[in-house]
Amino acid sequence: MPLSVEEIRKDFPIFERTVRDGKKLIYLDSGATSQKPNAVIDAESDFYRFHNSAAHRGVHQLAEEATDAYEGARETVATFLGAPGGSNEIVFTKSATEALNLLAYAMGNAAPGSRFALEPGDRIVVTEMEHHSNLVPWQQLAQRTGAELAWFEVTPDGRLDLSALDTVISHGTKVVALTHQSNVLGTINPLDEIVRRAHEVGAVVILDACQSAPHMRINVEELGIDFLAFSGHKALGPTGVGVLWGRINLLENLPPFLFGGSMIEMVTMTSATWAPVPQKFEAGVPNMAQAVGLAAALDYLTKIGMDNIHAHESALTGLLLDKLLAIDKVAVIGPTSNTERGSALSFTVSDIHPHDLGQFLDSQGIAVRTGAHCAWPLARRLNVSATTRASLYLYNDEQDCQALADGVVAAQRYFGSF
Amino acid sequence: MQLDSLYQEVILDHYKHPQHKGLSSNFDAQVHHVNTSCGDEITLNITLEADIVSSLTWDGQGCSISQASVSMMSDLLLGKSINDASAILSSFCELMASKGTSTGDADLLEDAVAFAGVSKFPGRIKCALLGWMAFKDVVIQAQSK
Ligand SMILES: Cc1ncc(COP(=O)(O)O)c(C=O)c1O
Repeated sequence: MPLSVEEIRKDFPIFERTVRDGKKLIYLDSGATSQKPNAVIDAESDFYRFHNSAAHRGVHQLAEEATDAYEGARETVATFLGAPGGSNEIVFTKSATEALNLLAYAMGNAAPGSRFALEPGDRIVVTEMEHHSNLVPWQQLAQRTGAELAWFEVTPDGRLDLSALDTVISHGTKVVALTHQSNVLGTINPLDEIVRRAHEVGAVVILDACQSAPHMRINVEELGIDFLAFSGHKALGPTGVGVLWGRINLLENLPPFLFGGSMIEMVTMTSATWAPVPQKFEAGVPNMAQAVGLAAALDYLTKIGMDNIHAHESALTGLLLDKLLAIDKVAVIGPTSNTERGSALSFTVSDIHPHDLGQFLDSQGIAVRTGAHCAWPLARRLNVSATTRASLYLYNDEQDCQALADGVVAAQRYFGSF
Repeated sequence: MQLDSLYQEVILDHYKHPQHKGLSSNFDAQVHHVNTSCGDEITLNITLEADIVSSLTWDGQGCSISQASVSMMSDLLLGKSINDASAILSSFCELMASKGTSTGDADLLEDAVAFAGVSKFPGRIKCALLGWMAFKDVVIQAQSK
């Protein structure tokens, strides 16, 4: 069903404001963080206004309500991801970055001989298109354990080079961590082959779904993966909440990462035992209002329909690709075909540095991201020090795409005029 | 348009025709500075004779603001004593911190007062300062040799 962007925008108060001396806001930076609908802003503030209390602590009414709201949010996330083991497979973190670090540190805590324990001779596999958040934690784990870090390279057209799949995911591989959709290139990675090979050698597959979960229907069971991470704030939700999903039997066998209140079962002066999952991974009073806000966001997305959202973005991406590629001296960094591709679109305009282009576009009310997008190795690989990235969401429309294309042409005129 | 206060003609001129770009083969000290938020990079070579900057060359890549700034800086500081160069550096840093309230000391900064407009764009101040921070660093290294 086609989306009514006009109706959708009414739900997002930020579109009522203007920027840079009265210009209409053209927000093309949802890949960095999405805007928030009233439903989310209200859910978060209503939690503080009416139900605020520490979840899982105390017997008073507010504590009950806070616990229900927080645990209800966990149910919503489990349904959103199609978690086969239900809400016990959902761990709330502060962000995707924390979720990925949780996994890397927890594996570092694994007892020798456990399937998660890494040692020299073992391998961690990533890709050259990872966001720093799904690269640096694994680099560090490799350094701490003596395991080897290996990676899939990226082809010039921005796809994963899987020609050496069976040698990259070698027999000693214990972890394969990769992004579902590149935040720079927009590439959606093919998972079937990777998952099959990873499981053949006994590795777990960790999916960074930061750029996919907000934009398409995700079913972890169908994807066949073992862990998944995403950030609430890129999916219409509040900042300060992220999600780690893991298969229940894996989470049960994974040691904790952060220690403290709520994550214990018994404590003596010298030792402690752990609460069952997911509490084992949620030390301290959690970000309750943010989890509740995230659940409101996922409800909002689900009501519109993830397939509808994906179809909408896909159509706009095709349009934007055509418009940008039609402009002289514009190069798209990433797939130029609109298949297996999401709505993050990076490009360069020769003679205009992305920083300058971004500044010019800002003067037109257009918000884009410029730089290396937290993926330096990828930038180096593709031989671009920086790009301009437009990223779309359900509240963008054809006019936004046209405004960007017009803005690029106007920038060429502006910077060419000296 | 407010944008014009950022992109002064003299800035774009230096961007398109950078001065002292191309690293000297001899130098007393060399530094490499990176703006981690956007990836702009500058390598700066210095040679001192007594306490005069006798050679200042650079190479780099980045936006018009960072590249024009290092170009203008090398033009300005070449041949100056370390003391004079430090005074100019302080004056430029003050200008960048002025949030658009200062037009800059033209006696000291000469053409570099064109960067006054940058101080109104918080996202770009680091770009303008990249080369100057590299200079501060390279002088310390050259002097400690
Ligand atoms: C692909 C990808 N992974 C990880 C992250 C990190 O997300 P956060 O900063 O919310 O933890 C991002 C955010 O930019 C991303 O795009």
